[in-house]
Amino acid sequence: MGELAAFTILSALMLVPAVIVVTSRNIVRSALSLVPTFLGVTGFYIMLHAEYVAGIQVLIYAGAITVLILFVIMLTEGGSGTMVRQVTGQVPLGAMAAIWLAFLILVTLSRTTWPVARGELPSYSVQAIGTAFLTNYVLIFEVTSLVLLISLVGAIVIARREE
Amino acid sequence: MAWLLEILKAAALAVLIFTFLAVVGAMYGVYLERKISGWIQARIGPKHVGPYGLLQTVADTVKLLQKEHITPRRADALIFNTAPLIVAVAALLDWVVIPFGTGFGRVLVVRDINIGVLYFAAMASITVIGILAAGWASNNKYALLGGLRSASQMISYEIPLALGILWVAMIAGTLSTVGIVEAQRGGWFLFKVPPLGLLAAVLFLAAATAEVNRVPFDLPEAESELVAGYFAEYTGMRFALFQLGEYGEMFGMAALASVLFLGGWLEPNLPVWVWAALGVAALATAAYVRFSALRTVYLLRPITALAVLGAVLCGVMILGAVLGRSPVLPSLIWFFAKMFALVFFLMWMRWTYPRLRLDQLLNLSWKVLLPAGLLNLLLTGFLLTVAR
Amino acid sequence: MAVGLTHYLVISTILFCLGLFGVLTRRNAVAILMGIELMLNAGNINLVAFNRYVAPGAVSGQVFALVVITLAACEAAVGLALVMAAYRGLETIHVDEINLMKW
Repeated sequence: MGELAAFTILSALMLVPAVIVVTSRNIVRSALSLVPTFLGVTGFYIMLHAEYVAGIQVLIYAGAITVLILFVIMLTEGGSGTMVRQVTGQVPLGAMAAIWLAFLILVTLSRTTWPVARGELPSYSVQAIGTAFLTNYVLIFEVTSLVLLISLVGAIVIARREE
Repeated sequence: MAWLLEILKAAALAVLIFTFLAVVGAMYGVYLERKISGWIQARIGPKHVGPYGLLQTVADTVKLLQKEHITPRRADALIFNTAPLIVAVAALLDWVVIPFGTGFGRVLVVRDINIGVLYFAAMASITVIGILAAGWASNNKYALLGGLRSASQMISYEIPLALGILWVAMIAGTLSTVGIVEAQRGGWFLFKVPPLGLLAAVLFLAAATAEVNRVPFDLPEAESELVAGYFAEYTGMRFALFQLGEYGEMFGMAALASVLFLGGWLEPNLPVWVWAALGVAALATAAYVRFSALRTVYLLRPITALAVLGAVLCGVMILGAVLGRSPVLPSLIWFFAKMFALVFFLMWMRWTYPRLRLDQLLNLSWKVLLPAGLLNLLLTGFLLTVAR
Repeated sequence: MAVGLTHYLVISTILFCLGLFGVLTRRNAVAILMGIELMLNAGNINLVAFNRYVAPGAVSGQVFALVVITLAACEAAVGLALVMAAYRGLETIHVDEINLMKW
């Protein structure tokens, strides 16, 4: 009962600002509405017993990516604050595509029986994730760090002013 | 309806934190700052309102409450009004994981989250959004510039902060704050792996000073530069909320530093002769200042008071060791003593160093503190595992 | 009624389709990137939900979600750097006005 209440509140906290993100005419407002969306996703992770992922989600998504998006908005044309038209001419087509995709996926979901595991949940620990990263998934770990390095260098080179 | 009870408990604890930290902590933090700044500058701080000026902040708060509530024209009113809330709430949420001590058979912490220090870093990074929103929504060039500068400073210094926290988590083997304090029973982390513990602590404190926008890193809110920066357009209670957020976060960073490096609520177990030597040294310093030519330079009353307090503490510790009581003083006293010592240190730094220019500030973070933090992690890992 | 796997999947589907709507219909390049972030978050919710309900003994869902968060950060950084470079050269970031290959 309590879990259902928490789930409903978190879904509302996530989906209503998400609608504002994709439909608002003021781009700074839509960027700031990303924060409640990400916090709602964090709440979902906590309900799913993934606390470490929840902490990283707040730290990186709500704390860093949102700041990055706000910086770029304020340093480019969107920061002038004038009310320009924010949507392309494809709103009916886009809405139809999104609704049709949602319908297809929901129908598929409702018709599949998922092999849900019964029984005790194992206790959670950060050590398990750390051990997994360094034993089973060490290749992914190393490649991700390479990708981070490349994107860091690439972003600096692309955004640098040509002197 | 156990979940309703949980929600009510959470709400009650939130009110408790807010009243204790906001009313008592931030208000007396401001008073402490003004007094200590005064003593360092060879003057007495506020002394007229109330005995020793203790009611000065109450008077300031009443003044701020009755100021007019202005929203600039053509500013985005919704964002303008919610930005101080984001900063204040994120700064106060930091306090959920800080353990105050042990009592009534359990550790006094609001919630011992198993990702405690990660949660603290995450809440510290949410304040940046409030600052950007405040700078943008004020519809004022100086506020926007101040907000952008402050945000770039804060995100640059999050990385050395996280590296300092990671160093401690690596040694303690856990991310929970209670676990980190328990792991320091064999010795404070400040003195672990001798020079590297000190390096990690210095890194963390420098990054913490920059995170709360204090001198020497307070370019974004410097009065002579940017007309108070991102909160230029805020009046009355909203301005007070920003200050509450800043002081609350400074105290929170000092509390976390004392948990991470100084052993939290644990009593230092030093032999009796060390306590005796410390007490005698405190009294000797006070006597020297009193009876030499320095008495015209330094303010005698605070120095004497502090020295007597130190001597009394050492005396109590010696007495307790002689009587054989295991923790002599309650853990709450040790926690607050360490936290206030670090707060004093941060306030002392304010009047010791000049303000850094923005490019010097960012250079310091990216070119000095970040490599130092990474090298620290590398060396400590090596020394702890390979070269045992 | 307990919260089951299907609840999480439905919510993540709605979030994904909102993100898709944002990508398809917005003019500002940064707004398109925001839609992409919403889609990545929806995928992450799916990964963690399956980890908890179908295979609770493993941590691979959470590991995968962490890698996706990291890659989303990389992609946002590079994408926004491209937006800034485009703004500097073309004076606009509205994607329906960037329709010439070369001056």
